[in-house]
Amino acid sequence: MWDYTDKVKEHFLNPRNVGEITDADAVGEVGSLACGDALKLFIKLDDKKERIVDAKFQTFGCGSAIASSSALTEMVKGKTLDEALQVTNQQIADFLGGLPEEKMHCSVMGQEALEAAIAKFRGVAAPKHSHDHVETEGEIVCKCFGLTDLFLKKVILSNKLHTVEQVTHFTKAGGACGGCIPKIKELIAEVTGEVKKVAQAAPPVKLTNLKRMQLIQETLENEIRPQLWADGGDLELIDIDGTNVQVAFRKACAGCASSGNTAKFVEQKLRELVSGDINVQEVQG
Amino acid sequence: MKEIYLDNNATTKVDERVFEEMRPYFCELYGNPSSMHFFGGQVQKKVDEARGRVAALLGAASDEIVFTACGTESDNAAIRSAIEVFPEKRHIITSRVEHPAVLTQCRNLTKRGYRVTELNVDGEGRLNLKELADAVDGDTAIVSLMYANNETGVVFPIEEAARIVKEKGALFHTDAVQAVGKIPLDMAASSIDMLSLSGHKLHAPKGVGVLYVRRGTPFRPFLVGGHQERGRRAGTENTASIIAMGKACEVAHLHMGEESGRVRDMRDRLERELTALIPHTRINGGGAERLPNTLSIAMEFVEGEGILLLLSEKGICASSGSACTSGSLEPSHVLRAMGVPFTCAHGSIRFSLSRFTTDAEIDAVIRELPPIIKRLREMSPFGREYLAKQ
Repeated sequence: MWDYTDKVKEHFLNPRNVGEITDADAVGEVGSLACGDALKLFIKLDDKKERIVDAKFQTFGCGSAIASSSALTEMVKGKTLDEALQVTNQQIADFLGGLPEEKMHCSVMGQEALEAAIAKFRGVAAPKHSHDHVETEGEIVCKCFGLTDLFLKKVILSNKLHTVEQVTHFTKAGGACGGCIPKIKELIAEVTGEVKKVAQAAPPVKLTNLKRMQLIQETLENEIRPQLWADGGDLELIDIDGTNVQVAFRKACAGCASSGNTAKFVEQKLRELVSGDINVQEVQG
Repeated sequence: MKEIYLDNNATTKVDERVFEEMRPYFCELYGNPSSMHFFGGQVQKKVDEARGRVAALLGAASDEIVFTACGTESDNAAIRSAIEVFPEKRHIITSRVEHPAVLTQCRNLTKRGYRVTELNVDGEGRLNLKELADAVDGDTAIVSLMYANNETGVVFPIEEAARIVKEKGALFHTDAVQAVGKIPLDMAASSIDMLSLSGHKLHAPKGVGVLYVRRGTPFRPFLVGGHQERGRRAGTENTASIIAMGKACEVAHLHMGEESGRVRDMRDRLERELTALIPHTRINGGGAERLPNTLSIAMEFVEGEGILLLLSEKGICASSGSACTSGSLEPSHVLRAMGVPFTCAHGSIRFSLSRFTTDAEIDAVIRELPPIIKRLREMSPFGREYLAKQ
């Protein structure tokens, strides 16, 4: 059973502001039946069209999705639109006394619906992703849930996420087929500034065998293994033969359904940091 | 609040008679069955008796019964044994709807170069035996198919499947943890080579399982380092639980008629009444042969976790095929393999009864569930769209 706080349970059992506002000034919709959760948020503004005087919601989803929606409507009432836009998903979670990390995506959904509603009212393109498989800006990273790189980077940055697991808990990305996990790792690296380090370590143009082997080992130790550790995985370097690198996966990676993707990630990193002709092969060792 | 426990496919209450049987084997009769002295010897006799009782329920011989720690261990041991027995064979067959104890093991083996065929099921969760017959070849080491599905209760035609597999020379294993004690089995008249069962699914405690291994079936142990279980499973016996397992099998034998009679009647009534009271439902596996105790019902426009939490407020314990309850983000692999639409898979609830279930408990679910679904549908944007159309 989920370890929900009393406040989450209370907002789930007695949700505030369920329903719709027929003459709403703004409506924000995120999610879909296929995704497993969806939220429709209605906002009514004062006569000056500045301050939120009423908010209602309809939610399809689990207990924490309903509680997060209830919390959101309570939090934004009385706020100006600019103030409401300052509400973060973390504040929604805090309002409820915290959410299990696996359920943080429910609070993110609340924040998204709010942004979508306000953007729609203001007639600007929402800084949204295609949670509902309707297209928007950015490049789709997670095909299962239709999430773009722009959206993921924003959530990674604002919640200071460091691991793929966290990104999955906050956004669902990578939680289904796992195919986008290498790409999520890159996004984390990009946001947390590891990209700069990468640039400094630009590879020499021509490599001797010895230099190449040394560089491969350094890259595995300093760049690749730490990322695998973050997900409870590991790898071992088995052999280097010219540009062919043989690795064996350990710990979580050993039994992982997406180790093929992990091998590709390792290869991509080595090509980027050592030399473009590196081939990585997974072996049992 | 008194619980109304309708989650018996997850685990069951230990029968009082079973508990009384095992009770002396903790503080008083704690001897090691392997010891030479009388104190261990008397425990050995009880373990032998338990083995005989399990064998009787299965229509097997005592020396075909190997005690393990759980159903998962039994499943793992069966598959691992087969691939060690046939090192040259590199093909395994299973189905898409197996329990993870089988499916994860098979998928992990693909990384060691094994070819794994996962048989499909149709919309009612049924197996296609022709697909099985076409898939088995000389390279197949083992076929592992569940007897009955834990989520839907759908029963596979295991005897026919076993015959097909045996004709082609592969080993046949079945995960029967949901079937044993609920439907009659007779290994004497069967082609099954290995069969797994689990204590806590049939009113014995958690932490004990059995692997049936037919006489003459080649077997390599999963745990080594002791002579116990005739060398097929090393490690000091979990004596109290093994004795409980024996008693549970004896009691299950006595109650077998009740499962197919009273329990089935209660399940059928629950299904009938809920379907009549709640519009837009479907019964997962409703068109297939099913266990008498299991009902998997899908309710559109709502999500399973909310239903379970609201049922729980009323003391009703059930489980769900929804993603949100499991920590995974996709609905149950069983429902997806059956092609159950996402809209239904997210709102699927499983009620699993036992011989301890009462008519009053079924009445309570029939009373409490419809208003819960109505309330959640009114809260759901999709439910409101549908209500508006009415």
